[in-house]
Amino acid sequence: MAHVIWFTECQPSDAAAVGGKNASLAAMVRAGLPVPAGFAVPADAYRKALADCGLAADVESITAAADPADPASIATAGAAARAALASMRPPSGLADAVGAAYAQLCGQAGRADVPVAVRSSATCEDQPDASFAGEHDTYLWVRGADSVVTHLVRCWASLFTDRAIAYRWQMGYPTTAAAMSVGIQTMVQPRAAGVAFTLNPVNGDRSQVAIDASWGFGEAVVSGEVTPDNFLVDKVMRQVTQRTISAKAVEYCLTESDTVAARPVDPDRQQVPCLSDPEILAVAAMARAAEKHFGCPQDVEWALAARGRDEASVVLLQSRPETVWSRRAAPGATGTADSIASIVATLLDPHHGRPAVAG
Amino acid sequence: MADRFPSPFDMPTPPGAEGWQELYAYSSVFSDDRREYEESTFWFMDGVHTPEVIPPWDATILEYAIIALSQYNTRHYVIPPALGVDIRFLNGYMYLSPVGVADPDEIGARVPEFAERAGYYFQHWDELYAAWLPKVRALIRELEAISFEALPDREDMEVITEGRGQGSALDLLTSYHRLVDLTLKLWHHHFEFLNLGYAAYLDFFGFCKQLFPSIPDQAIAKMVAGIEVDLFRPDDEIKQLAQLAVDLGIASRLEGRADAALASLDDEAGRTWLAAWDKAKEPWFNFSAGSGFYHSDKVWLENLDIPFGFLQTYITKLRRGDSLERPMGAVIAERDRIVSEYSELIGSNEDRATFEGKLGLARTVFPYVENHNFYIEHWGHSVIWRKMRDLGRIFVKEGFFADADDIFLLSRHEVPEALYDMYHGWAVGVPSRGPKYWPRENARRAAIMDALRQWSPPPALGVPPEVITEPFTVMLWGITSDSVKQWLGGAQADGGLTGFAASPGIAEGPARVIFNADGIGDLQDGEILVAPLTAPSWAPVFGKIAATVTDVGGIMSHAAIVCREYGLPAVTGTAFGTKSIKTGQRIRVDGNTGQVTIID
Repeated sequence: MAHVIWFTECQPSDAAAVGGKNASLAAMVRAGLPVPAGFAVPADAYRKALADCGLAADVESITAAADPADPASIATAGAAARAALASMRPPSGLADAVGAAYAQLCGQAGRADVPVAVRSSATCEDQPDASFAGEHDTYLWVRGADSVVTHLVRCWASLFTDRAIAYRWQMGYPTTAAAMSVGIQTMVQPRAAGVAFTLNPVNGDRSQVAIDASWGFGEAVVSGEVTPDNFLVDKVMRQVTQRTISAKAVEYCLTESDTVAARPVDPDRQQVPCLSDPEILAVAAMARAAEKHFGCPQDVEWALAARGRDEASVVLLQSRPETVWSRRAAPGATGTADSIASIVATLLDPHHGRPAVAG
Repeated sequence: MADRFPSPFDMPTPPGAEGWQELYAYSSVFSDDRREYEESTFWFMDGVHTPEVIPPWDATILEYAIIALSQYNTRHYVIPPALGVDIRFLNGYMYLSPVGVADPDEIGARVPEFAERAGYYFQHWDELYAAWLPKVRALIRELEAISFEALPDREDMEVITEGRGQGSALDLLTSYHRLVDLTLKLWHHHFEFLNLGYAAYLDFFGFCKQLFPSIPDQAIAKMVAGIEVDLFRPDDEIKQLAQLAVDLGIASRLEGRADAALASLDDEAGRTWLAAWDKAKEPWFNFSAGSGFYHSDKVWLENLDIPFGFLQTYITKLRRGDSLERPMGAVIAERDRIVSEYSELIGSNEDRATFEGKLGLARTVFPYVENHNFYIEHWGHSVIWRKMRDLGRIFVKEGFFADADDIFLLSRHEVPEALYDMYHGWAVGVPSRGPKYWPRENARRAAIMDALRQWSPPPALGVPPEVITEPFTVMLWGITSDSVKQWLGGAQADGGLTGFAASPGIAEGPARVIFNADGIGDLQDGEILVAPLTAPSWAPVFGKIAATVTDVGGIMSHAAIVCREYGLPAVTGTAFGTKSIKTGQRIRVDGNTGQVTIID
């Protein structure tokens, strides 16, 4: 197995090796979607590191001691497992391979020490019935080859965050079966970012794309720290059908020390819509393209990369199957094909077709 | 917020309008005789068709329209939850009250009857509709054939030699009654298809909203919109005439006023063009600049400067190199794209099949819904107003009226009385009372009309139902529980307005508030038209304006249909648009959400 697999070269057959998130990024790249360049470090590297350092058995016994009903015992086990893994050294050759691939990303971006995101991509993530959303760690704005390798190891360790241990237990995934691949991907500095669903999460309407958007990096939206602007876009009419502008009090942006951190948004910017109409439509079109490619409703993360003063382009950071409405039947239509019966029903309730109240 | 509208019995008579009730049918005004019923029901002002004070004779057409609508619901098709629509005139304005069937058992009992009767129409729609147009054309020909002749000094000798045994005054009376009866028949024909057509459309509409709760209203309208619509024919004819004038090299001679310009076309090219102009007139210039419900609405045929002005606008555009063609290919391609993409998004094959079936029925019925308006309200009414003026001129000749239009100050029942008076004087050889009576009486009535025009009618009266479920209130007038709530609450505090998102897009610009066709000449390029409602004959202004806001009308109103056709944002049914917005204010019209914002 290669030390790194570029997203552009990653095949569907590599999915088990690179984990759900990386496989999905690679699929998005293959689909021609605007995904920032990057590569995956396969899960085998994690397994090999675990074996090389003789930690596999330790980790198993540490986590076996945790009682899923007792949060304190999970915390103890998690801390112990993470401490053990933090001392791991990458297998020989891996650091060099990652460094070389990172140098290539820098070359593509045309800048030294290009900022990258180092993302966990566990082999049990993004299953159709379990998203594992946010159970593992992701590190933003990592710069320099050494730092990339350091964060790679932290991602491995995040396989044992307390919440990941508990979640695996709930979902019935054995700890020993879980392994961690890591994705390393060029980052853009977004003017605004957020998530989008290719259906209306309020009512399951599949003709709509729902967008949550806020200033800066998407973390404020994903974590729920900010009440984002919300837009609803009709996929067919390609128009904004609903917009709710909220006071966006917090944004994640670059600090002077070159890290990503939350800071308050100036009061006069809070109520300003963070996307223009063309930008809203561009985000929706990209989400729709992802949905068409994957053949089912998607839940995507996106960012609006600033390109100079007035120009911006939308990039896709993540796309995974939407898990709430997809498990239900499509919105029920009670209208009957018998036209007279249906017309009678319409006459009896001429409002059944009127826009419903959300809820 | 109040939970009811003012009682019709608390509405003061405007100063100077005392006695207005006598100008309308005794059965069409609020009275103590039916007070309990009238106070406890819900009445809304029909601003869609009659935004202004209604002269006494003009009330005839409204009463006939509403009674024909009612009889189809109640007696022809047995619409399960709806009887007819009650009508009252208050201070010269028309208020309507659609009557629902409250008892669920009774509704249930009406369903099989409706299924049989309406079902027959839906199943045989194409053949029945194919018979409709010839039927209406024949009726309009009958109306055209009516002639009113002044009473002769002596009956013709043929009356003697042919032993006719009847005289001219009888013809005059008969012709008037015939005109009135054919007017009623015209409205019977109007409602033969309309309510069923709307019901089928609304059924498709509702099904789309079930499949896609957030689908924009206009997306559904676009899926069924007709491509060749007779309602657009008058406008299309003018465009073709503009093109012909340019092709023939006579465009520069079509300037100034119509009569002078047309008279100057005395060479070959000019005569070729004039022949085309005359050919277009019948029937397409029987086109009202208003809703067609007022005798004062200007009809192109009698006001050639109106179509001539539009012609000049189009010639200017052609000279600028603009295309006048509605982009049919693009409209059809867009309609097909919309249908196929929504169809793709439908979750199950069963729903997709139902969607296609309902779309098919909606498209079958829709040409009627769009086209009837030209034949009835424009062509038919134009002929009726014309014939009534012919009769008015006879009264002028006999000294009864100062002006032919004074005839519209009489109710339809008073016209035969005045005719009798004229007949009596002529038969007996003595003075009729009319020449003394009617000039005085009509001056009084004209003053009452003026006084009524100073009154501002509330949008509704009486007690609103908790939820508006009566289908025709929703279907034909676009009135919903939300609009009632909005009326009760008045305009929004921030000066914003909400209406139907009738045509997509967003526009900002200076407002131009216009109350009738006379004002449309004031519109400047890029302005936003704000009007009580728009009429189809305003079509040429849609090439100038940036967006439209109306007080009344839903997503199937004329403004909505035309704005979609022209790709302009429109918000309809704002209730307070012309009251809240002033000419010159900058406003923002969001045709996607139905919001209108006054910027300054």
